[in-house]
Parts: sequence; structure tokens; C-alpha cells
Amino acid sequence: MKSLKLSTSRLVSKKSLTEKMVSQRAGAERLETGSNEVVVALAGNPNTGKSTVFNQLTGLRQHTGNWPGKTVTNAWGSYTYQGEPYVLVDLPGTYSLLANSVEEEVARHFLCFARPAVTVVVLDATCLERNLNLALQILEITPKVVVCVNLMDEAARKKIRLDLLKLAAILGVPVVGTNARKGEGLVELKEAIRQVAGQASSLCENDASGKGAPLVRYDEAIEECLDELVPLVRAHLGDRVNARWAALRLLEEDESFLEALAVFNNKNKDSNKDKGHDIDGGTDEVAGENSESWDSLQRNKSRLAAQGMGANQLKDLIATTLIRKAESIAQQVLVFVPENYQQFDRRIDNIVTSKRWGIPLMLLFLGGIFWLTIVGANYPSQLLAAGLFWLEKKLAALFLAVGAPAWLQGMLVEGMYRTVAWVVAVMLPPMAIFFPLFTLLEDLGYLPRVAFNLDNFFKKACAHGKQALTMCMGFGCNAAGVIACRIIDSPRERLIATITNNFVPCNGRFPTLIALTTIFLVAGQGPIGAVWAAVWILTAIVLSVFITLGVSKLLSQTILRGLPSSFTLELPPYRKPQLGRIIVRSVLDRTLFVLARAVRVAAPAGVVIWLLANAQWGEMSILAYCAQFLDPLGHLLGMDGYILMAFFLGIPANEIVIPILIMGYSGAGSLMEPDSISALRALLAQNGWTMLTAVCTMLFMLNHFPCGTTLWTIRQETQSMKWVLVSFLLPTVCGILLCFVIAQSVRLLGLLGL
Amino acid sequence: MRSNSCHSFISLDRLPIGRMGRVKALTAKEQSRRRMLDLGLINDTVVEALRQSPSGDPVAYQIRGAVIALRSEEAAQILVELV
Repeated sequence: MKSLKLSTSRLVSKKSLTEKMVSQRAGAERLETGSNEVVVALAGNPNTGKSTVFNQLTGLRQHTGNWPGKTVTNAWGSYTYQGEPYVLVDLPGTYSLLANSVEEEVARHFLCFARPAVTVVVLDATCLERNLNLALQILEITPKVVVCVNLMDEAARKKIRLDLLKLAAILGVPVVGTNARKGEGLVELKEAIRQVAGQASSLCENDASGKGAPLVRYDEAIEECLDELVPLVRAHLGDRVNARWAALRLLEEDESFLEALAVFNNKNKDSNKDKGHDIDGGTDEVAGENSESWDSLQRNKSRLAAQGMGANQLKDLIATTLIRKAESIAQQVLVFVPENYQQFDRRIDNIVTSKRWGIPLMLLFLGGIFWLTIVGANYPSQLLAAGLFWLEKKLAALFLAVGAPAWLQGMLVEGMYRTVAWVVAVMLPPMAIFFPLFTLLEDLGYLPRVAFNLDNFFKKACAHGKQALTMCMGFGCNAAGVIACRIIDSPRERLIATITNNFVPCNGRFPTLIALTTIFLVAGQGPIGAVWAAVWILTAIVLSVFITLGVSKLLSQTILRGLPSSFTLELPPYRKPQLGRIIVRSVLDRTLFVLARAVRVAAPAGVVIWLLANAQWGEMSILAYCAQFLDPLGHLLGMDGYILMAFFLGIPANEIVIPILIMGYSGAGSLMEPDSISALRALLAQNGWTMLTAVCTMLFMLNHFPCGTTLWTIRQETQSMKWVLVSFLLPTVCGILLCFVIAQSVRLLGLLGL
Repeated sequence: MRSNSCHSFISLDRLPIGRMGRVKALTAKEQSRRRMLDLGLINDTVVEALRQSPSGDPVAYQIRGAVIALRSEEAAQILVELV
């Protein structure tokens, strides 16, 4: 027999999109082999509260939400139960292990090859039948399973009654009912995990000894083939992979399994092997060069084909058998399902996804959130700024007291500290308001409805309806929007959403848009002025949405060519949100996370800004020189050199563009806040601003390179500098073109008195 | 009976909202076929067209206790018989 020793380096070297996940898998294997920790895998359909179970067990803060498909990569955490250390690996949420999406491949390969000691399958008590399909598939791979029926409270609310003891008896594994959100049933779950981990049964004993007849029996013809093939497969693979399961994959010619098997077995093939050879390698590994096994496999395959069961029909038959089995188990286990248990959800959907109210309600909800964010953030922002700038004075005094040179104090206090303080003061309050509100909508289950309402527009742009959600998030913060793109399943549509997220203006850009609108575009003051300002801002938002759709379409027809991949969007049941958890989670996971990244970008940038503004070159500061140099370009675009410099130096956060501009215009050495709108108006007018300058600056505000935090996040999410570059250039080129065309045509036509 | 029912097959995207259909065949291939099967769209599964998106597409269907939205291109690859 060949050496079947697992080589992690080999796993990592595997090409393809799953590379990152493969290496994470390798990491998990390291955890398994490195110590006496018990490795527990957590599997389940999307949206079953799997991540909540994960968080509750490990205490590790990982984001969870009421939209399908949140966890794309494996995350893991650890916990101790009765003195034993456990490592819990959160697998991607999948409906199945049969289809070949990246997520399913990751989950399946982990279960097959990393071989966790226990696999916990989380099921949604309110949607048992659909969830059982995955449970049955996992039980085919390993008998060491604990079934966790979660959302028991939701089921109770809907008056659904289940017989968990019966389910346990049918499946032959422990079944635990939980309400993970309230922490109920988790001790029982840990106990069940401990017991299953303690069982000595290896993977194949179950079906080898015949003590447990397989749960899912296929068509007689298939079973006959399996009777012949399984012992042969076991002879080759030992107890590494469940032989019955592997034999089924061989019969249906599952390429991804065979490929993975070849890699897993670290087979030393010729270096120039192609995919086809890889598959042969996998088949080889199971059937061996032993001609008896190989012949047997071929013979059985052709026998099945002769009975109308070629590989494709076999795939259908296997999937169908599993669904039927799930159906029959659900019928036995569900004691009572009220006729109208979904009536509540349907009633809400009748309103929030209706032709008449769907889109207006959506605008109302989202508009309400933005309004609350912008209005509500004002006061805390001022308070925070006052506090932080008070501290700045103290810091400056401290530098003076220890006799530090003036330039050092300037660079560190007025440069670095003030920029960081500014970013914190302007970013923290809006995010601390926006994220909890947004998380509330997410927790309720409303967001998938937004995707449902708007999908047709995105379909026309060859993008995914869920991009509507990432864009909503982008209105709050583009970096958070980029992270949210993880919810889009297909890589191509995810990339489109990631690259175009910056086209919607974030919280940091709204204040500038509002200020410039009130100064230059709205004549009257008072309520009428406010209404007009709102109309202009709304126009800007609508424009940004259209540009996003246009660019998405452009991308999908050029560098990301291809038809939209298959689209399925689950509209999960509405759930009662848990306010306390929402606040803690959104502040910890989103607000502080984004803020920490922003600070890391702002600190060095603060030093650079200070140096440029203070280092003199002849009569002028370097900043002034640069502005002078950029002035002709700025003029072409309807702006000036200082405005362009402010955009460049504003890369840590869009919020500091205006402060930098004021610093530049007033010749000061550090960031400055406008005393009032009228002071800003006077300063801008003094520097030659007209309505055209304002319009162009606003357009460039909408369409320019993402902030440093967002760029960093794109790098993290795509693992590629190429896409960072594309994300940088695309909006910038758009902005330059727009501003150029508008500035030149306005001047040509002599409009606006220019 | 069987030959009669052949005439009444329609693709799922043409199932009127509020009506139910019984899945009779999938014309989708490979991955999207697998995905449909995994959602439970196997032979004789009863599917109800719940509602249409305000933007016209997709349509939400009740499939084995879950509400799943399918775009018209996907739904067109599922043949059902009116119930």
C-alpha cells in the first residue's frame, strides 16, 4: 500500500480558489495533530444560527447575522469542558455537500480529510426537512455526529412540535435541542460532544461490522455495486475515508473529491500532470493499480449505465434519495406543524416586498437610518472632539515640559495625534449609531428582502441582488461594505460588489456633500433651503447608485466577463432581534474593527500631512508647492490644486478632506475645523470657489479612490494587489472624466456666469 | 393520464403567483441542477409561487418549508404541472 501520510505543505500548494481555505484547513489539522485538543467541526445550513452556537460555545467574537451564507472561510475558537480542551471549527454554511461551490468543497474536504473527532450539525427546528438533507450527507461521511436542533424557541413560537428522541433514534446519534441565542441547551450540547468524542468507533467500523445498517439506502442496483466496491475501497483507503461514501463518489465520478483525494494522498506524479491525470490519480488511489479493483469499478459503472444510471443520472438519483429520506424522517419527527405557521412571515412579506410598498418602505427604513446617523452623530462628535483636543493641549504641554524640540512636538502632536483624534471624533459616533441600526435590520431578517426587492436591477447589471445589501452597508462605511461582500456566494459577483462598493458615498463623505450643497447649491435658508439641500443630496445618492450599476455592468462585460452564476436567495423567517447582543456585537465587531484600521492608516498619514504643510521649500511649504503643481490639472477638472491635494492627503479618511483644505487655504500648519458654515463659505469664496467648483468637488467626492482603510480591507478580502489597484483606479478615472466633461462643457457654453 | 399530463407541464417561471405546481423535470445541467436538487426540487415536490419582487424578478417560492427566490432564468429550467 502506498504512503497515505497527510502532508500539509502539499495541501497548501494546491492551486485554485480554495487555496486560502485549504491553508486554513491545514492550520486546523495542525491544531488537531499538535496537541491533545479534541477537534469539533460545526456544520449546518446557512442561517440556522450556526455562528451563534459557535460564539456561545467559544466566546470568540465572530460576526453572525440573519442572512444566508455568512461564514465563507473556516473560523475556529476553543473552549474547555470538564477540564478537556476542545477546538471548534466553524465550517461554511451549506445546503449540501454534493454540489461544487467553494463553500461546500471546503466543508466537505474538512470533514473527509481533516477528520474532526466530532461533527456538530446544526439544524433549524423550523425548517427541519430541508436541514436534514445535510445531516444525512454528513452521517454518510462520519458516524461521530451530534445533531443540534437550534431555534427551538422559534419553533415553539410557531407552535411546531418535534420529537427529538425519535430523531435521535432514527439517526442513531445524540440529538440536542438548543436556543443558542439565549444560551439554552449548550451544556447538554457540550456533554453530548464529550460523549461522542470518547467513543472509540473509527470511521468505517460502523458499516464494516454491519452493526449499523446505512441510514440512507439507495436503489438496489446501486447497493449491489456498493456491496462489491466498498470492501475493495476499504482495503485501499483503510479507515481514512468512509469507504461507502468514497465508493459512491467514485461511481458518480465526483471530480472534486477525486482531485482532493489525489492531493490528500500526496501522490508523487509526474510534474506535468493535468487535471485529468489528477483525477486518475484519485481513482488510482482508491482502486489502486490493482487491476481487480479498477476492473470492478469499471464493471459496476458500466452495469449501472446499462440500467440507465450513468454518472449524471446517478448524481440525480443520489440527491433524490437523500431528499426523500429527509422527507420521511421529517414526517416521523414532526409531531405537529400548524397549517399556517408561516402566516406571520407571509403577512409581513405581503407588505415589505409588495409592488406598492416594497421599495418606498425600503427607502424609508434606510433613509431613516442615514438621517438618524447624520443628525444623531453631531453632538457626540463635538463632545468627543472637545475631549480629544483638550488632551492634545495637555500632550503639547507635556512635550514642552520635557523640553522636546518644537518639530517633534509638531509632528507627533499636531500631526499624528490631531489627525488620529480627528478621524476618531468624526468616525466613531456615526458608526456607533449606524452599525447597531443596520445590524437590527439584519437581525430581523429584513436585509434579504431588500436584495429580493432590488435584484432585477442588479441582474440587468450582471450582478447579484445581495450587492444591494453591500451597497447599503457602504453608505455607512465602504470598508464595512467590502467585508459584507462575503455574503455573495459566487466569486465573480462578489468581486464586482467589492470593487464597486466605493462608488456609494460613505458616512465620511456625507458631511462634505451636505456642507457644499448648503453653501453653493441652495439659495434660501430655513426649511425651504433644507428641503432643497435634501433633494440635492438625494440626487447625489441616486447618481452614485446608477454609476455603481453602470460600472458593475462594465466590469462584467470586460475584465470580469461571464454570465451571472446561478442565483438562489433564501428569504429566512423573521426573527425577534436581541437588542443587547446587537449593540455589543455591532460595536465590537464592526465599529471598533473599522476604527482600529482607520487609526492605523491615519497615524502615519498625519505625520506626512504635517511634514508637507510645515517643511518649507524656499518661501512656500511643500504642500503649497504640490498644490501649485497640481493647479493646472485641478483647473481642467473644475477644481484647483489645493482641492486635489486635499483629496490625496485625505486618504486616511474622507472626513479630513475639508480640514486639510482649510489648512491649505489658510496657510496653517495643522488640520483646522471651520468655525461655522458662513466662515467656510467666506474662505472658499476668497479662494475663487464658484458653483462649478462645488459641483466638481462633490462629483469627485463621490467618485475617487477609496480611503486607506477600504483599500486595506479590499487587500485583505481579495488577497490580491491587482484588485486593490483596480478599485483605486476605476472610481478615480470615472471622477476625472465626469469632472472634466462637466467643467469643460460649462465653460464652453459659458453657463453659470463663468 | 400520463400522456395527458404532458400537455399541462409549464416552466416554473410561468406558474401564476399564488398557484402551486408539482415538479416534473429539471432541464438545468451540472452545478445549477445539483443546487436545485439540494434545495429539494426533486420529482413530485410541490412548489408554491409566493410573490414577485417589486422589480419584476425574482419570484419567491415556497419549497419544502423554506422560502427561496429564483430568477426567471433558473425557474425556466424547472418544469412543473399545475396542482
